[in-house]
Amino acid sequence: MSELTRAIQETAQKLLQNREVELVVGFAEGSLPLRNTPCFVRQPEEAQKLVWGYGCENNLANYLRKRPEKVAVVAKGCDSRSIVELIKENQIDRDKLVVIGVPCRGMIDRKKVTHLLAGKELLEAEVRDGQVVLKGKEFNETVPLEQLLYDTCLTCQHPNPVLFDIMMGEPVPVKETECFADVANFETKAPAEKRAYLMQELSRCIRCYACRQACPMCFCEECFVDCSMPQWLSKSSLNVQDNVFFQAVRALHLAGRCVDCGACDRACPMGIDLRTLTRKMVKDVQELFGYTAGVSLDQKPPLAAPINTTSPATCNQDGR
Amino acid sequence: MLVNKGQFTDWLNQLIQVYQVYAPVKEDDYFCFKKINSGDQATLNYTNSKVPPKEVLFPRSEKLFCYRCENDGVQLTEQIDESKKIIVGLRPCDAKSFLLLDGVFNSDKYHDPYYLIRRNNTVLVGLGCNQPAATCFCTSLGGGPFATEGLDLLLVDIGDRYVVEVLTDRGRELLSGMELPAANQEAQEAARIVKEGAALSTQVNLEGLKSKLDVIFYDPIWDLIHEKCLGCAACTYTCPTCHCFDIVDEAEGNEGCRIRNWDACMFPLFTLHGSGHNPRPTGKERFRQRVMHKFKYFVDNFNAIACVGCGRCIINCPVNLDIREVLAEIQGSEVRSDKQ
Repeated sequence: MSELTRAIQETAQKLLQNREVELVVGFAEGSLPLRNTPCFVRQPEEAQKLVWGYGCENNLANYLRKRPEKVAVVAKGCDSRSIVELIKENQIDRDKLVVIGVPCRGMIDRKKVTHLLAGKELLEAEVRDGQVVLKGKEFNETVPLEQLLYDTCLTCQHPNPVLFDIMMGEPVPVKETECFADVANFETKAPAEKRAYLMQELSRCIRCYACRQACPMCFCEECFVDCSMPQWLSKSSLNVQDNVFFQAVRALHLAGRCVDCGACDRACPMGIDLRTLTRKMVKDVQELFGYTAGVSLDQKPPLAAPINTTSPATCNQDGR
Repeated sequence: MLVNKGQFTDWLNQLIQVYQVYAPVKEDDYFCFKKINSGDQATLNYTNSKVPPKEVLFPRSEKLFCYRCENDGVQLTEQIDESKKIIVGLRPCDAKSFLLLDGVFNSDKYHDPYYLIRRNNTVLVGLGCNQPAATCFCTSLGGGPFATEGLDLLLVDIGDRYVVEVLTDRGRELLSGMELPAANQEAQEAARIVKEGAALSTQVNLEGLKSKLDVIFYDPIWDLIHEKCLGCAACTYTCPTCHCFDIVDEAEGNEGCRIRNWDACMFPLFTLHGSGHNPRPTGKERFRQRVMHKFKYFVDNFNAIACVGCGRCIINCPVNLDIREVLAEIQGSEVRSDKQ
């Protein structure tokens, strides 16, 4: 990790010094344990703020749309895939973007940490040799890193950036995972059960729209939930059905565009499972259109181009 | 007074017969204030609730009135909640937030019947914080882990029992059905030790902040400080003092209701004019508004900072935009005269 941090700092510094870019978007140390935070660097000497760690969980593609200046971005696999989709949707000018690719070993899910600690407060943490040491008042626990990674990272098939100008470090091995086993469980449910599950999850929604705001692909100038003429859904949360409707439409609108980065799920302060819906959509798009979002600049977006029905459904690069 | 924890659950069960009792209830890995039907649903060993108890008095969505258009006119139905409520186990910071909200909903200019009727019918039973979180900074804002301001009763957890501090007549009345012994010396000593042990690790320097904010509306600091903010309402909706709302009519056919919903200054829609003009067009103006409202405008209007240091915005921000760091950055900035 420290080598990656160093490499990122040097690269950023050089890009700024040589005036190849005016801004580098990366991550800095956060204010909470296991947390890194998005960071905007404009001066070469500030490049030392940049770090790489297991808390670089935000999708930085979110900060790249319609930027006037030349920008470099630190991008892990999922960020790079969102960048690909945003270039295709004319939201990012490829000529004005330098992608500093970082192979990603997954990010730590602080909700899993909270669950594991069952009420005890995490005050300090350290990741070493595949183990995470969690420290707090009167406790010190060591947990395998794998146990604490986000589910999105556990099923991720593109940990290495698919689009980059400069690559930091060596590519990481792609995990062998079962093809959408997690979605299969949801799919076997009867419609009434699915509905009950979503209603239960979304009964906790406070309509803060953190999911929408955290999603790099949610960039409609006017979100349908904000329209008042016509008013598509109730602005109040008195009726859970409206919360479900909001998420259902959001997921549908992301079909073929969502790269399953998990940003929405992570952003939700209420811990609502949003990923089941979006991931089901990712699976459907692969099966129906043979399309995986964000892996190629050349492949046309499935819902904006003639359907190629001969494409095989794929789960990863091997077509497994 | 002294109550053991088993007795306490019985007491809640008694109260439920008369009052709507709200208490922290575990949901997944966090806690929210919910109406409980039995004393054992309350979980009092929690750090802080996810959504503040303000939602009991100022719900996320509430019907103000309903209407029905008929041939000879409009029939209105009032929707006033006059039920008697108790909030049990709220933290001193959240109790303080009600005093701040009182300023807004019960000012010289405006009395909000919906909030005020609930407020007057609600008794507050606080719970001191034996172990404040690392994100708590209530003492910087004049509060404290065992502050009593705004509470009717305060519980101090001393292990198997609570020492109950009676703070108001309403609080005393609540205990009238219980024959509770006075806290003996041993219990008082235990409470003292617990209180002394509850040190806060975080302090925020607020000295001179207001006079600085008075003159930095046009300062370039706002150009960058908001940059990573996503513009969601996770901070405002989990803030115990944020109180902005929007009123909409939700109607179908010839009947409907007027509904008040939480709203947030972080949304572009919040200030969008009918003309299409938006006086706060970007994240810069919106983020500045949030900081200014809490630490300047509220001070101008009510002589108090609209922050109680609960740390929820720090914990819930999806990009770790930490208000403590924002304030430190403002404090550290050069003082400029406010010129556009």
